[in-house]
Amino acid sequence: MSDLVKVNVDGVEVEVAPGTTILQACEEAGAEIPRFCYHERLSIAGNCRMCLVNVKNGPKPVASCAMPVAPDMEVDTKSEAVQAAREGVMEFLLINHPLDCPICDQGGECDLQDQAFGYGVDESRFQDNKRAVENKNMGPLVKTIMTRCIQCTRCVRFATEVAGVPEIGAIGRGEDMEITTYLEASLSSELSGNVIDLCPVGALTSKPYAFTARPWELKKTETIDVMDAVGSNIRVDTRGREVMRILPRNHDDVNEEWLSDKSRFVWDGLNTQRIDSPYIRKEGKLEAVSWSEAFEVIAQKLKGQESNTAAISGDLACAEGMMALKDLMSQLGSPHLECRQDGAQLPSNGNRANYLFNTGIANIDDADALLIIGSNPRREAPVLNARIRKRWVAGNFPIGIIGQDEDLTYPATHLGNGAETLAELASGKGSFFSILKKAKRPMLIIGQSALAREDGLAVLEAAIELATQSKMVSDDWNGFNVLHSAAARVAGLDIGFTPQEGGHDLEGILAGATSGDVKTVFLLGADELDMSRLGDSYVVYVGTHGDAGAHRADVILPGATYTEKQAIYVNTEGRAQMTEQAAFPPGEAREDWKIFRALSEVLGEKLPYDNVETLRARMFETAPFLAGLDELTDAGMPDVSSLTIKVPLSDAPFMNNAQDFYFTNPIARASKIMAECSIQAQARNISEGTGTDG
Amino acid sequence: MLQDSDRIFKNIYGPDGADLASAKKRGDWDNTKGLLAKGRDWVIEEVKASGLRGRGGAGFPTGLKWSFMPKENDGRPHYLVVNADESEPGTCKDRDIMRHEPHKLLEGCLLAGFAMGAHACYIYVRGEFIREREALQRAVDEAYDAGLLGKNACGSDWDYDIYVHHGAGAYICGEETALIESLEGKKGQPRLKPPFPANVGLYGCPTTVNNVESIAVAPTICRRGASWFSGLGREGNTGTKLFCISGHVNKPCNVEEEMGIPLKELLEKHAGGVRGGWDNLLAVIPGGSSVPMLPKEICDTVLMDFDSLKEVQSGLGTAAVIVMDKSTDLVKAIARISHFYKHESCGQCTPCREGTGWMWRVMERIAKGQAKPQEIDTLLQVTKQIEGHTICALGDAAAWPIQGLFRHFRPEIEARLNGHASQEAAE
Repeated sequence: MSDLVKVNVDGVEVEVAPGTTILQACEEAGAEIPRFCYHERLSIAGNCRMCLVNVKNGPKPVASCAMPVAPDMEVDTKSEAVQAAREGVMEFLLINHPLDCPICDQGGECDLQDQAFGYGVDESRFQDNKRAVENKNMGPLVKTIMTRCIQCTRCVRFATEVAGVPEIGAIGRGEDMEITTYLEASLSSELSGNVIDLCPVGALTSKPYAFTARPWELKKTETIDVMDAVGSNIRVDTRGREVMRILPRNHDDVNEEWLSDKSRFVWDGLNTQRIDSPYIRKEGKLEAVSWSEAFEVIAQKLKGQESNTAAISGDLACAEGMMALKDLMSQLGSPHLECRQDGAQLPSNGNRANYLFNTGIANIDDADALLIIGSNPRREAPVLNARIRKRWVAGNFPIGIIGQDEDLTYPATHLGNGAETLAELASGKGSFFSILKKAKRPMLIIGQSALAREDGLAVLEAAIELATQSKMVSDDWNGFNVLHSAAARVAGLDIGFTPQEGGHDLEGILAGATSGDVKTVFLLGADELDMSRLGDSYVVYVGTHGDAGAHRADVILPGATYTEKQAIYVNTEGRAQMTEQAAFPPGEAREDWKIFRALSEVLGEKLPYDNVETLRARMFETAPFLAGLDELTDAGMPDVSSLTIKVPLSDAPFMNNAQDFYFTNPIARASKIMAECSIQAQARNISEGTGTDG
Repeated sequence: MLQDSDRIFKNIYGPDGADLASAKKRGDWDNTKGLLAKGRDWVIEEVKASGLRGRGGAGFPTGLKWSFMPKENDGRPHYLVVNADESEPGTCKDRDIMRHEPHKLLEGCLLAGFAMGAHACYIYVRGEFIREREALQRAVDEAYDAGLLGKNACGSDWDYDIYVHHGAGAYICGEETALIESLEGKKGQPRLKPPFPANVGLYGCPTTVNNVESIAVAPTICRRGASWFSGLGREGNTGTKLFCISGHVNKPCNVEEEMGIPLKELLEKHAGGVRGGWDNLLAVIPGGSSVPMLPKEICDTVLMDFDSLKEVQSGLGTAAVIVMDKSTDLVKAIARISHFYKHESCGQCTPCREGTGWMWRVMERIAKGQAKPQEIDTLLQVTKQIEGHTICALGDAAAWPIQGLFRHFRPEIEARLNGHASQEAAE
């Protein structure tokens, strides 16, 4: 670009785009600027005054975070005057700060502490009493020690701008200014935990983590979250074998640096209700047994009934586990595989573009119209929803909804309740169709609520039809998106954990189990089924928690959670990412694929891999796109030709999955923190209902 | 001394009515259509040529400020906002304009708004000004009824609406960007500049914020001509000005005078002189609570205009002259002012939020004699750490009075603190 602006920072010349702030230019030039209120993903407040620099010929120091560069500007960040200005600000920040670092959870990772090393003075000149501020109730997740607050307003800006719930604000003036939630309640946001990361001091800290560990004694493992299908990048901090906390990692194309509350606070669920040994049900009661004993029992049961065996995988299953189970089933000669435990009518073969979030999460930023069909992204993928909101905040982004009209933190036009509205749009009728048609990069998001019904395939067909009709799909833009809610789902479809030639789908398996045709059912962490429909079948549950599946099981084999194994998950975009082992599974528990490998040997159908590398090599043959970690492969265009539609569109409205956001999987259901959040959320809904709905 | 014929605010004490008919008798709304017919550039040029400097405190040339508004309309409306949030301690001039000369203000709003391409004007009235707001609203209603405002205002083909908005009583809302925030319904906190209001102001649209007095004098300037106005006062400090004289004078008053009148003359001619005679004078705060005070030696000769007062390290501010005779405890007086700024700081940015409270507490201790003499240096350093480091000028306004106090009276205060210290030691 030729219209770059030349700026001189401490004698170093840099060229930056016009409109860049001085702070950014300084960073470009390698000059570090201290800051508290500035955060690159939030609006600029310019209130902490820590980032002051001198500009040549300027009358007074300027806040570099807020001031755009001008051509040939000469910036000075190192002179005594600048140092003095920053020391002055630091002194002001510290006079009313309690300096209780030894008992502060932020200690060791505190911006104020760090910057006080550079700009603090050793002795306080302030001789009066320090201010004390009453703590605020911000619910079960965020602990407040408001005396430590330096009023940077990052939390206020996050709540208002990113989370879309303007429920944090500042009241009072001058030195009496306080950050508050006004009503002494937790935020009605699924992203509220992010204020903990944003807080540069120890005013907002993690309540569940309070006083449990110091950052320097934790082992930090960079891994991937599986609480939803976004594949947020996380860091799991462990001490010994215990997970102490979960933090987001930055990934610009996935979660930026946000994390949903479920992903962040689910960790106590990793330690409770865990299955730590194989169990066999004897006379109605579960009894702990050895691995070999459990395998023997299974082998006896399966003998002669191998082809009448079925396998259903759950929402948290990793690709390796599903691959091993699939191979085992095929060696047993059973075609009955199912990874869609919610009954979603997702196409099981061929075109990946038919079930991926093709636009890509990052490219939501470029879209210019959106239609949401049968989905509540706020609950199903809070971080992705924040991305949609970010796009909406930028302006000129009409959003339509078909399905339930719920508060998504941005306004959307409710177009209709069900398939008939979708069909109408697909036939080119309705004002929103013209909006989509006029848009240059329109997109649609179809959720599981629209697909997990009998006519799901017909709904999918109509959506693809609409995408084609409104020119959502072209050579350089793919606006057709399926939003998954299960972390395991895309990998399951990719490796074909779906009915094989002549196999039953979910409905068929459950009907077979009820009627007795299906003798044995393997549940790989599948807990969200109607267990009563498994009839008298013999249930082998491979999983981590004592949840619905384990209660129904005849044999339980203990598996590993996402923090306890290195495994591949594919997010809703089709992005394969690998988790890393942060802790060891409890007791006898093992990684899923190892369980199936060991079982296969007892069954006399030994799987042809002895280590995970060989297994992955085999998996990449089946699904080559899983090999490129963190890469997005263009899946091409969605098409209807491969869909075999048996049930025509019905006129039933799309009902969003009513499942509690905090309880969507066995780990979350085992978490006390999630239970508290759920109670809060329910109380909020009830009070809202009676307060405003009359 | 200003001739009566050169007075702009002929009814500032309110003996004639504030109503439209009386105002018209005084010459308001006289051929406003004709003035508008000369075009917006003419109005701006006239005000520029008059040398009028903003009457709200900063003294920025008013015509120049108007000319910053975009010439072409880019689709966004333009707004004129009138700052009637007169809250600077000592200042009470806009109040009398709204009470007794509201039509001067309204006509000025039309001229100024027209000159900057605005069709709407908001007058932001200080929260405590209940009667003033009522008086102003009465005048607005009268003007609408008479066709002077509204559609085709004054028959000029220019549509113009004026809305009187009542603030909630916060000093900081007199800062132009905080005022805009407050008008938008938000917490009154100054915005970062740039962008300046002329580009991104009220509701993100080009906006000019002017003081009541600046706007109210514009019609007379246009009518009598720029050269008349610039012929008063001296170069760079032209025209007449309302002075608000309070404190230890025999007759506190508001008075319109020529810019550059000697302070002594101003006090003796209009305010009945200092209580107990000129020699009983201790110090004067010449421009509202935020400007540094002047000791008697300077007051003897200083002229009351922007540049003269700047030369003596003070400022004209709002021309609110606060007179203190020898009975005054200056430290207590400034401590009270420090309390005011501590109370009115919005709390947004660090130096002002933390520093105003700090300064006030030290000032209180000095006033009680409970501080050590060394603390004066710390205090002055704190004022320097605030001054120029904040988003808006409230930080400066809080720092200057203290700096002014110690600039001129430090030896006396040190002696006092030492006296306390030795007294304590003796006990």
